[in-house]
Amino acid sequence: MTWLFDNFDVVLGYTKTHLYLSLVPLLIGLLIAVPVGTLIRNRRWIRRITLTVASIAFTLPSLALFVTIPAVVGLPVLDPLNVVIALTVYSTALLIRAVPEALDSVPFAVVDSAEAMGFSSLRRAVTVELPLALPVLIANIRVVTVTNISLVSVGSVIGIGGLGQLFTQGYQRDYPDQIFAGIISIVFLALIFDAALYLLGRRLTPWTRPNSTSPTKKARA
Amino acid sequence: MITFEQVNKTYPDNTTAVDSLDLVIEPHSFTVFVGPSGCGKTTSMRMINRMITPTSGVITVDGRNIADTDAVKLRRGIGYVIQSAGLLPHRTVVDNVATVPVLNGQSRRAARKAALEVLERVGLDPALAARYPAQLSGGQQQRVGVARALAADPPILLMDEPFSAVDPVVREDLQTEMLRLQDELKKTIVFVTHDIDEAVRLGDHIAVFGPHGRLQQYDTPETVLAAPATPFVASFVGRDRGYRGLSFRSAQSVTLHPIETATEDEVRGLRLSQGQWVLVVDSQRRPLGWVDPTGVEKVRAGLSTDESTAAGGSLFLEGGDLRQALDSAISSPSGIGVAVDASGAAVGSVDGAEILENLAAQRKAEDEERNRHHFIAAQDDEQ
Repeated sequence: MTWLFDNFDVVLGYTKTHLYLSLVPLLIGLLIAVPVGTLIRNRRWIRRITLTVASIAFTLPSLALFVTIPAVVGLPVLDPLNVVIALTVYSTALLIRAVPEALDSVPFAVVDSAEAMGFSSLRRAVTVELPLALPVLIANIRVVTVTNISLVSVGSVIGIGGLGQLFTQGYQRDYPDQIFAGIISIVFLALIFDAALYLLGRRLTPWTRPNSTSPTKKARA
Repeated sequence: MITFEQVNKTYPDNTTAVDSLDLVIEPHSFTVFVGPSGCGKTTSMRMINRMITPTSGVITVDGRNIADTDAVKLRRGIGYVIQSAGLLPHRTVVDNVATVPVLNGQSRRAARKAALEVLERVGLDPALAARYPAQLSGGQQQRVGVARALAADPPILLMDEPFSAVDPVVREDLQTEMLRLQDELKKTIVFVTHDIDEAVRLGDHIAVFGPHGRLQQYDTPETVLAAPATPFVASFVGRDRGYRGLSFRSAQSVTLHPIETATEDEVRGLRLSQGQWVLVVDSQRRPLGWVDPTGVEKVRAGLSTDESTAAGGSLFLEGGDLRQALDSAISSPSGIGVAVDASGAAVGSVDGAEILENLAAQRKAEDEERNRHHFIAAQDDEQ
């Protein structure tokens, strides 16, 4: 523990890199999966094919992906972008499954009556279906976030930054304190983000709880 | 006006949902589509706002073929209410009601303000406006559903079994409310239900759908009950149709007799003979229940009014119809029907046998009226 506090600046630097490497893929994954997942949802064959491809992508070993991506994309082996690309593949693969499932969780009667009231399909998707899919979607985003935070550390094996560096360095120096500091930092980070997303989800879905009124209404009253 | 001309709906598996439907729905009418499940009533209704596309045939709304209209725009001009209301769970009550005006481009602020007024119109406390649908009772949700359908003031309302998921007492409230609203707003309403009682109560026109999506009869409720067009309609409107038909007859000429009443305090001192019943009333003369000699004994033994009286039957509201009058007599433990005024106070009693005599008299008068020209013609011939 003392190592962690004595070298707080170093750990903080690694943490920043670590977060960058795990959260950027999540955001890109969302940007791809939300529109694509919404579009494929009601197209049976395309959905099935997409899900199969996504499942295969997710089974690729992470280390193998870290090593092959530089060759495929043409980047230097030590470029952090490799990790970003690899984790984007995983994030997208998980989310592209989750988005249609989350949309499926929206009651048919609600979607149907929204259509009958005169929502265009785009407006319905954005203002009715996606908000109502949030509880399921956020549960999946939490999984992806925690997965990414833990997967980034694998990147350190091929020399890419982040808190995983504490493992490789500690191992090379045979210095358990440093490895320990790495474990604590990563677990801490994962828990913080998981909790933060949980709270964000609650804040975004006030209708799922009894006896809550909308925040805008409270402000006006 | 809504018209169906030779409208068919056949699904790819060859099941026919609607079979050559011809129907003209007059403006400002309250038309009820009724029938067993799978008879095509909901399908027919959902074709009006293009939620379902007919396989063949033409549907017009106000003279325009709806197939040539923009479906999204068409729907914004047609209010829609479904079972369990179909409210948007993530929007507050006021925002649900404001939905269509906002879709039409009104500012959220203006739409919310108007929505509050609509909520009051359907009998909802504006204090509920900031709640989410899940925080309301089933009956309140249905009212919000109706308010939402009315918010943009569409000329047409489509209602798909809107009251079938609420309990009977609330359902009756909602039906009364719906009749009051229609009286005020004069919309063209198409209402789907499988409940013939609801159809008779609400509709000024009833379309009875039968097996294989065939329209069996389209008529006023009186005619559907009195003269079913097909054996299917006769069996669908049921064995009680004669009784139901009484609701179209006025009980204005049924005699009100004085009724023996006692307040709770007076019960103790009653001297009743065998078979005699007395109506126990509160200080405003509202009925509490009936006591017979045994009931009086119970009161003397110290039991409460609730425990000593037999619950009253249905009440006959003065000026109501023959069905209410007869039911009040049949359902009353004493056999005496209780007539009440608008405040709920007992004003007299009605007698079952007299109600039937009244019915016979009404029918006799109608028969004479119907056949008069025949006899006048016969007299002319003799001269």
